[in-house]
Amino acid sequence: MTTILEVSDIDAGYGPVQVLRKLSFTVDEGEVVVILGANGAGKTTTLRAVSGMIPSSGSVRFRGGEVRGRRPDQLCSLGLAHVPQGRGTVTDLTVEENLRLGAFSRKDQAEISADIASWYDTFPRLGERKDQQAGSMSGGEQQMLAIARALMSRPTLLLLDEPSLGLAPLVTKELFGRISEINRSSGTAVLVVEQNANLALGIASRGYVLETGQIISSGTAEDLRNDDAVRQAYLGH
Amino acid sequence: MSEFLQFTFIGLGKGAVYATLALALVIIYRTTGLLNFAQGEMAMFCTYFVWFGHDRGLPLPAAVLVGMFGGFLMGALIERLLVRPVSKKAMGNPLPIVIITIGLFLGLNGLAPIVFGEQAKTFPVPFGDGSVSILGASIFTRTLGTLAVLAVSVAVLWAIFQKTKFGLGLRAVASNAESSALVGVPVGRMLLIGWGMSAAFGALAGTLSVEGGLDNTLMALPLIYAFAAATLGGFDSELGAVVGGLLVGVITELLARYGTIGAYSVGQDLKLLPAFLLILLVLVFRPSGLFGKGEVKRV
Repeated sequence: MTTILEVSDIDAGYGPVQVLRKLSFTVDEGEVVVILGANGAGKTTTLRAVSGMIPSSGSVRFRGGEVRGRRPDQLCSLGLAHVPQGRGTVTDLTVEENLRLGAFSRKDQAEISADIASWYDTFPRLGERKDQQAGSMSGGEQQMLAIARALMSRPTLLLLDEPSLGLAPLVTKELFGRISEINRSSGTAVLVVEQNANLALGIASRGYVLETGQIISSGTAEDLRNDDAVRQAYLGH
Repeated sequence: MSEFLQFTFIGLGKGAVYATLALALVIIYRTTGLLNFAQGEMAMFCTYFVWFGHDRGLPLPAAVLVGMFGGFLMGALIERLLVRPVSKKAMGNPLPIVIITIGLFLGLNGLAPIVFGEQAKTFPVPFGDGSVSILGASIFTRTLGTLAVLAVSVAVLWAIFQKTKFGLGLRAVASNAESSALVGVPVGRMLLIGWGMSAAFGALAGTLSVEGGLDNTLMALPLIYAFAAATLGGFDSELGAVVGGLLVGVITELLARYGTIGAYSVGQDLKLLPAFLLILLVLVFRPSGLFGKGEVKRV
C-alpha cells in the first residue's frame, strides 16, 4: 500500500492559540482511517490544516508532493475533498446545483451529468429533491448531499469532519454504512474524525487518538477497540 | 388621464435609471454577499471614463465599452488591494468591509473633481432627446432605449448566473465562500470578478443617468432610490431590481405630483421620503423583497 497522505510534525492554531503540537499521521491509498478525540482535542483543526484552510508549520505531503501552504481549491483539484463540520452544503443553492458545484474543477460535462445521475440512484432522496434548496432538507439528507458533493470531484482522499454531528443514531448508522460502501466500491480513501468511536472504528482499518493536539495512541481498529484507555474514554465500557 | 400617464412615463424614465444602478447592487450582492455603499460613486467615477473616451473622439457605444473596461479594472483593484486584505483579518465579520465601502463612497466623491476637474462635463444624451407620443402622453426615446438596455442586461445576467458554471461558482461563493473553496472554487478569483462585473455595470448605469452635465453628484440621490429598488425587488434577483426600480420611479414621481401631507403637496422636495418609507415597509413586511428567494433554514 502506498501512503497518499503523510502529515509530519505539524503545528497549527488560531492566532496566538496553538492547537496542534507536532502532529504526525498517515493515510494509505484506499483505506479508512479514523481520528478519535473529545471536544477541543483538535480534530477539526487537524482537517483544516491538512486542506489548507488555516496556516500550519511542518510538512503535509499528498500523493507524493508537498502541499502545505496550498489553498483548499488547489488541493481539491489535486484530489483531496473535505466535508467540513456542519456539512457545508451551500444552502441557497438547489440540491442539483450543489452537486454541479462539487464538480467545479472538472471539465468533462457528460461524465459529470452521469455522476449526478448515479448519486440520485445511490441516494434517491436527493433525486426527489433535486430542485429544492439544500437548506430545506433534513440534517441527514444534507450530510448525504455534502458527501456526494465532495465525491463529485472524484477525489482520492475524502476528509470527513464529524459526520454524525446532530444526527439521530439510526441515521448515523446508515450514514457510516454508506461511507464504508463508497470506500469499498470506489477505492476512495477516507480520513474521518469522530466522537462516535464505536461506529467510526467499525468501518476503519486504523485509528489515532488525539488529545490536546497530540496523538496519544494509534493502531489498528481492533487494537484500539481492545485498548483499555480508549474503551473507557471513547467507547464507554 | 393623459397627465397621469405623462407622469407615469417620467417616472418610468427615472425608474429605469434607478433600476440600472440597482442591478449593479444586485450583482455585487449575488457575487460577494455584500451591500456596497460605494456602488453609486464607483458608477459616477466610471462615467468619467466614458466621458473621457467620448471626449477623445470615440462614438458613445465605444466610449461606454472603455468605461466598462475601466470599471472592471477599478472594481478588481478595489477587491484586491482594499477588500481582500481586510476581509482576511475580519474573520467573517462583514462590518469592516461595509466601512470600507463607505470610505470608498467619500473617497471617490472627493477624488473625482481632483482628477477630472470641478467643472461639470458636457455629456451626450444616449438615445437622443426626442420623444414618442403614446395615448396622448409623450415618452422620451431615451426612456425607451434605457428600458431596452435593461431588458437585455437582465437576460444576459440571468443567463450568466443561472445557466453557466462560472455563475454557479459566483453564487456559491457569495453564499458560503469557505465551503465553495473546499469543492474547488477559486474564491479569490470569483470575488475579484464579482467586484469587477458590478463596477463595469456601473459605467453603463452612470451613462444612462447623466442629465445635463456630469459631476460628482451624479449618483448621490439615485443610489438611495436604487437601494429602495433593490430592497423592494429582492437583493438576489436581477428581475426584482428592474421591477423594483421602475416601481420606485413611478411611485415617487406620482406621489411628487399628486401626494399631499396635510396641506402640503409632496412635490420634488419630499420625494425621497416615500423611498425611505418603502425600504422600511419592505423590511418589516417582506424582508426578502418581491422576487427574492429568502433564506431557508431548518432547525
